Amino acid sequence: MRIIIVGCGKIGASILANLAAEGHDVIGVDSNRSVIDELSNLYDVMCVCGNGADSDILTEVDASKADLFVAVTGSDEMNMLSCFLARKMGATYTIARIRTPEYNDKSISFLRRNLELSDSINPEYAVAHEIFNILKFPSAVNIETFSARNFEMIELILKDDSPLNGLRLMDIRKKYSAKFLVCAVQRGEEAFIPGGSFVLRGGDKIGVTANRAELHKLLKELGILQKKARNVIILGGSTTSFYLAKMLIAAGNSVKIIEKHREKCIHFAAELPDAVIINGDGAQQELLLEEGIDSADAFVSLTDMDEENIIISCFAKAQKVPTVITKINRSELAAMAQRLGLECVVSPQKTVGNIVTGYARALQNSIGSSVETLYKLMDGNVEVLEFSVGQDFEYINISLKEMKIKKNVLVAGIIRGRVPIIPSGDDVIMPGDKVIVLASDTRLQNLSDMIA
Amino acid sequence: MNLKMVFNTLGNIMKTEALLLLVPLSVALMYGEKLSVMAFAVTIAIALFVGFAMTLFTKSANRIIYAKEGFAIVALAWVFMSAVGAIPFVINGDIPFYIDAFFETVSGFTTTGASIIPNVELLSKSSLIWRSFAHWVGGMGVLVFVMAFLPSISDRSIHIMRAEMPGPVVGKLVPRARDTAKILYLIYIVMTLVEVVLLSLGEMDLFESFLHAFGSAGTGGFGMKADSLASYSPYSQWIIGIFIMIFGVNFNLYYLILIRRAKVAFKSTELWAYVGVVAASVLLICANLGSLYETFSETVRHAFFQVTSIISTTGYTTVDFNLWPGFSKAILLMLMFMGGCAGSTAGGLKVSRVLLIFKVIGREIKQSLHPRSVNTVRLEGKTVEEKTAIGVCVYFAVYMLCVLVTFIILTLDPVAAGFETNFTASVTCFNNVGPGFAKVGPMGGFSFYSPFSKVILSFAMLFGRLEIYPILLAFFPATWTKRCK
Repeated sequence: MRIIIVGCGKIGASILANLAAEGHDVIGVDSNRSVIDELSNLYDVMCVCGNGADSDILTEVDASKADLFVAVTGSDEMNMLSCFLARKMGATYTIARIRTPEYNDKSISFLRRNLELSDSINPEYAVAHEIFNILKFPSAVNIETFSARNFEMIELILKDDSPLNGLRLMDIRKKYSAKFLVCAVQRGEEAFIPGGSFVLRGGDKIGVTANRAELHKLLKELGILQKKARNVIILGGSTTSFYLAKMLIAAGNSVKIIEKHREKCIHFAAELPDAVIINGDGAQQELLLEEGIDSADAFVSLTDMDEENIIISCFAKAQKVPTVITKINRSELAAMAQRLGLECVVSPQKTVGNIVTGYARALQNSIGSSVETLYKLMDGNVEVLEFSVGQDFEYINISLKEMKIKKNVLVAGIIRGRVPIIPSGDDVIMPGDKVIVLASDTRLQNLSDMIA
Repeated sequence: MNLKMVFNTLGNIMKTEALLLLVPLSVALMYGEKLSVMAFAVTIAIALFVGFAMTLFTKSANRIIYAKEGFAIVALAWVFMSAVGAIPFVINGDIPFYIDAFFETVSGFTTTGASIIPNVELLSKSSLIWRSFAHWVGGMGVLVFVMAFLPSISDRSIHIMRAEMPGPVVGKLVPRARDTAKILYLIYIVMTLVEVVLLSLGEMDLFESFLHAFGSAGTGGFGMKADSLASYSPYSQWIIGIFIMIFGVNFNLYYLILIRRAKVAFKSTELWAYVGVVAASVLLICANLGSLYETFSETVRHAFFQVTSIISTTGYTTVDFNLWPGFSKAILLMLMFMGGCAGSTAGGLKVSRVLLIFKVIGREIKQSLHPRSVNTVRLEGKTVEEKTAIGVCVYFAVYMLCVLVTFIILTLDPVAAGFETNFTASVTCFNNVGPGFAKVGPMGGFSFYSPFSKVILSFAMLFGRLEIYPILLAFFPATWTKRCK
């Protein structure tokens, strides 16, 4: 597919890298020459220096032939304008980053309709939503929900005293009554899809799929289910904090926001009457202790400074806050933060990158079996794909163990109607099913790709 | 330095060369040249052996490369290609000494066309076609060929492309490097085939048509007669003269025409400067030659052919321009330096660099007159970045330095060929033209030089074709040490 990305900042560059790795023809447009030079050295893409709403530039990159046009510059108006122009020139699909809260209320559907936008991305909202999901399942490191909303996947880190430590995967099912599947393991830097004889060890990060009820049961049996987050402290009064606080309050949690600037505090207090707004510097330990960080159920650090987020999160961790979530913008720092023991790191670029990549995949596979959802697990090393099975799938009614499925590919779940099935070797795939497949090392474009 | 990846790519280059050697091998089989069949078969075996050995030992290579690796890959690839490509000439006895054969092969791949063969008519047909085919492959680039037709080298192959493609700024036509390489080669192949067809409509047979089409497409200049193209009909001379001029134009423009944006292509400043220089040179030389030739049309034909042949750095000749008056020779010498357009198969400084240098000079003068004025250099309707402008000026300085060093080394040669010969020999080799003046003129050759000078000239050709830096960097120890220096 021919994809044009306008604005190659952090988010744009992350989208560009993802899409280029997928094998699309990617063209990046940015007004900063040094960014352009850097990107064209790193990736096999074409980069053009200029203004993405300039008709000369749009002609030069041939926007009329673009299958997907993504505008993610820092300015919403610029994004809307270049998407609108590209659409008028003939681009098939357009996605604009629109982050201003004023545009994101009721007017977003008006904007999307009138500008003929295929989709709009609000990175802050997307991140807030991701954090909200994590808070719902406090013990999980990461949580994803698949279609039908009753089939979930969590990533969690095994502690040394976990009952799963030292167990072979094939024995786990016999021992526990809950129906679940350990589908991916990350040990050290390496991520893979384990076989039945794989032995789990403390320190492993594992991906588990199950339906929601079973997941609860499993987590209870393992003794790692904690009470739901009730008391959340959010550090930093950013737009993300605003969205997150709104979601949390709506779900019945109590929220405390700590923010340095008084004007912002006043604004927040007006907009979020149910939240407690504290005007103070979150870097002061005294303040954090006074506001009861040691009795908080969750601590979310969302300031603009990555370093501040990391260090204060470490402090929160030391105060034994059960769930600590850290927002980190720079992906290089995210990897380092994980070594410091911060398990829950969210980054806007990764979140937005996944959304756009998923969108591109869904576009490309609109024929036949198609990818519906895409997630990346284990630091992006394992991909989770959801396919709906068309009538023309060749392996219908053949049991999974008889299919010659590629190494490093696993069928992690089948959703038939509204019933989620955690598959064993005897299960079959039927037309109309939704199949959830995990893959590491290989890229699946459609369901038949998983057959060796 | 990611040596594993460098050698892995080199291995693939060797395998590619084995593939390319099938062309002369099939010619040898066709014409029943038993010795040559053996020579090319043995060389293919050597290339395959070296290639597989290299790729086998470097299977686990980490495929990330940086600019440094790009330069190293290109430099080594060209040296290895030439070293292996020289072997068949020695085995079939056409060129008994290896150094001579190496010179001839380098001259082939770098599209120079300078020859050490005293009597080219005695060469076997397979050797002739291999020399010319080397022009064709070297013209567009060996690594570009590998990129276009073999599995992807690396995501960052732009570094390799940049090191091999001539011109101050190398851009891509389409988002992916591989597709860009494919488009360039397809345009190249189609244009070559058109030339073959047009030539075979004249008095040339199919073999001669292919041979000369290869030689002119790569702007090389190896022919099959001692007097180059002098004995061919005016029709063939016109066809070749026009085609070498076409091959000296930036291929990006042909792509623009292909995607129906001819308007943009015809706005190119470089194109018009190139056409303008050709037209002016032809006019001046015609005036200077006066009544040297019998008819006016003959004068125009010879002037046009020599001008296009030299500016595109091909080196085919229809007359011995050694006999021309001094002014005409001076113009030809100037054209040798200038060369064709960036992004073409021609060598030399490139028209766009010359244009840019003149514009920088103009700016400098303006700046001296009005010290506080702020000026930018503009080319092709766009502001040229300061970095690029300085880069071009530095390139020019390094380039002149290299030509002079080559010249000085040549004067140490025991043969003592004289100023004009030595100077034009270094200029013509460095710019990948082929013939110079005096002893190395169109009717002469390079055979009288000592083996040492031949090696120096071979490297001068490689320096010129790869635009200095890749080969120059290969001589710096820091290139080969571990990163962080």
